[in-house]
Amino acid sequence: MGSARLYLAVAVGGFRRYASYRAATAAGVFTNTVFGLILVYTYLALWEERPGLGGYDQAQAVTYVWLGQCLYATLAIQGGGAEKDLMDRIRTGEIAVDLYRPADLQLWWLAGDVGRALFQMVGRGVVPFLVGWLFFPMALPGEAGLWAAFAVTLLLAAVVSFAIRYLAALSVFWLMDGMGVSQVLMILGVFCSGMVLPLNAFPGAFGDVVRWLPWAAQIQVPADVLMGETAVPGAFAFQAGWAVVLLGLGRLVQSAATRRVVVQGG
Amino acid sequence: MDTNGRVGAVDPFIELDGVEKVFEVRRKTGFMRRERHRVRAVDSISFAVARGEMVGYIGPNGAGKSTTIKMLTGILTPSAGRLRVAGIEPSRERTRLAHRIGVVFGQRTTLWWDLPLIDSYRLMHRMYRIPDARYRENLDRLVELLELGSLLDVPVRQLSLGQRMRGDIVAALLHDPEVLYLDEPTIGLDVVSKAKVREFLRQLNAERATTVLLTTHDLQDIEQLCSRVMVIDHGRLVYDGALAGLHESGESERTLVVDLARELPPIDAPPPARVVRVEGPRQWLAFPASESAAGLVARIAAEYPLVDLSVREPDIEAVIAKMLHGDSHGKEVGRPVP
Ligand SMILES: Nc1ncnc2c1ncn2[C@@H]1O[C@H](COP(=O)(O)OP(=O)(O)OP(=O)(O)O)[C@@H](O)[C@H]1O
Ligand SMILES: [Mg+2]
Repeated sequence: MGSARLYLAVAVGGFRRYASYRAATAAGVFTNTVFGLILVYTYLALWEERPGLGGYDQAQAVTYVWLGQCLYATLAIQGGGAEKDLMDRIRTGEIAVDLYRPADLQLWWLAGDVGRALFQMVGRGVVPFLVGWLFFPMALPGEAGLWAAFAVTLLLAAVVSFAIRYLAALSVFWLMDGMGVSQVLMILGVFCSGMVLPLNAFPGAFGDVVRWLPWAAQIQVPADVLMGETAVPGAFAFQAGWAVVLLGLGRLVQSAATRRVVVQGG
Repeated sequence: MDTNGRVGAVDPFIELDGVEKVFEVRRKTGFMRRERHRVRAVDSISFAVARGEMVGYIGPNGAGKSTTIKMLTGILTPSAGRLRVAGIEPSRERTRLAHRIGVVFGQRTTLWWDLPLIDSYRLMHRMYRIPDARYRENLDRLVELLELGSLLDVPVRQLSLGQRMRGDIVAALLHDPEVLYLDEPTIGLDVVSKAKVREFLRQLNAERATTVLLTTHDLQDIEQLCSRVMVIDHGRLVYDGALAGLHESGESERTLVVDLARELPPIDAPPPARVVRVEGPRQWLAFPASESAAGLVARIAAEYPLVDLSVREPDIEAVIAKMLHGDSHGKEVGRPVP
C-alpha cells in the first residue's frame, strides 16, 4: 500500500510540525490547566445546586471538565487546525502547489490534521487531564475495554472534527476570505461540542437537536463512552455516520471547487 | 497519438493548439453592485516543444505566463483549445501526469515550512513512489549539485531565499520528471545563487535531456540557457524563435554610460548611436545591441575628456516593449506568430 505510507508520512509530518512549536505548547498547557480549574469550581457550584444535572454526578462533571480541556486543542474545538492553513493556502494561491501533487487533497489534509491532533493530545492535553486526576475525584473506568473504546471514539471524533473544518475551509474558494466562516466555526464549535456545558444538560427540543448535530461527536460522545454513560456501538455508529456524511460532502465540494478552481496569484 | 507534425517540433512533447483561458471576475461597482467581466488571460496560444528542448517563456507582468504553466500542470482547465503534455490532457489526468512532470513556482514553495528540508524529501519519496535505491541516488546527486548537504536538517523557514529555491528544485526533480516547468526560479536571488541555479539547469538539460520550460524576467537566464524563446503579451504569443532574432526584431539597444571630466553639451555621436540623457558630467548613449561598442568608445575617448564608462545590456522588458510597440520590420524575424 504505497499511498498508506504516504499519508502516514503526512501524519508524522503534522505531528512533528506541531511538536516544533514548543512555546505555544507550553502556553497551551498552562491555559488549559487554568481554564480547567475555573470550570471545575463553576461546575462544582452548579452541581451543588442541581445535583444529577445532565445525568452526571459531581465526579462525572469534574471528569467531563478535564476531558474537555484535554480535547480542546486536540479536536481544534475553536478551529486553528488544518482548516486555518488550508484557508490561507486557498486565499494566497499556495493551494496550486497542493493541487498539482499526485495525492488526494482531502486525505492529505486529514492525515496532517490527525497527526496534529495526536500531538496536541500528547503534548498539550494530557497534562491538564493529569492535574485534574491528581487533585479532584474523577469517574474513570477500571476496565481496559472502555479505554480501548474511548481511543476509537477519539479517532472518530478527530475525523468528524476535521470533516467539519475541511468543509468550512473549502468555502474560501468561493468567498476568498475565511474570517467570517472561522468565527461561525468557533462559536458553533465551542457551544455545540459541549465545551461550555455538557449537551446532556441542555433542556427540551433544543437539547435534542444539539445532541444530534455532528459537533456532539466531539466532546459529549467520547466523554459518555469513557464514563460508561452510553452504549458503545451506538456511539461509534453516530460518529462514523457523521464522518462518512461529512467527508462525502467534503469530496463533493472539493471536486466542485477544483473544477471551477481559480487559483489566485502568479 | 496524433501526427500533425508542426514545424520546429518533431516529437512534440508539449503541444498547445488554440489554447485559451478566460477568467470571470466580479468587480464591485458601487454599494452592493457587482459587475461581471471577463479577463482573457491566455488568448489562442499554439506552440509545440520537443523532448529535450529548453525554452524560455517570457513577457511583461500579467501577460499570461503563470496561467499557461498552471494549465500545463492540469490545475487550471483551458476555456478552449487543445493541450497535451506527453500525450496526456493535463486537466483530465492531473495525477497521472504529475508523476512525469516537475514544477517549481519561484514565488511558492512545496517544502514543509516548519520541518527540516529532509522531511519534505521523504514525503516526495512516498508521494511519487520512487524506488528506494533511485530515491537515494537522486537525492545524493541533487543535493551535491545544488550544495544543500549541510542544510538537510535545517527547518525550511530558516533557509535563505536562494537556499529555499534550490531546495524546491531538488524536490521537483527527485522523481526524475521528463519535463520541468520553472516559473521565475531566479526571482530575488543574488548573482551567485542565480549562477548556481543556471549552471545546474544547463547540466540537467544537457545530461538528462530533461525538457525545460522557463519563465523569467531576467534576460540573462534566457541568454545563458535557452536557444529558443517565446514571448507572450496580453495572452497572445507574439514571438517564437531564437533569442538573437528577438533582439533584431525588437531592434534592442544597449546603453553606454559615459562619465566625462566636466559638464559638456551632448556628445556628437555617429548615428545610429545617440545621446538619450545628460545629467551633469554623465551622459547616456543608446546604440544597437547588434553592434560592437568598441568604435563608439574609441571615438569618444579620442574627442572627449573621458573619465569612466560602462555598458548596460538591454533588459528583457525593454526588448519586449520595443518589439511590441516599436517600428514595423522586426516582426518578420524569427518565427513570428500572427
Ligand atoms: N485567479 C484569477 N482570477 C482572475 N484573473 C486572473 C487570475 N489569475 C490570473 N488572472 C489574470 O490573468 C492575467 C495573466 O496572469 P498571469 O499570472 O498568468 O501573468 P504572468 O504572465 O504570470 O505575470 P507575472 O510576470 O506578473 O507573473 C492577468 O491579467 C491576471 O490578472
Ligand atoms: Mg507569473
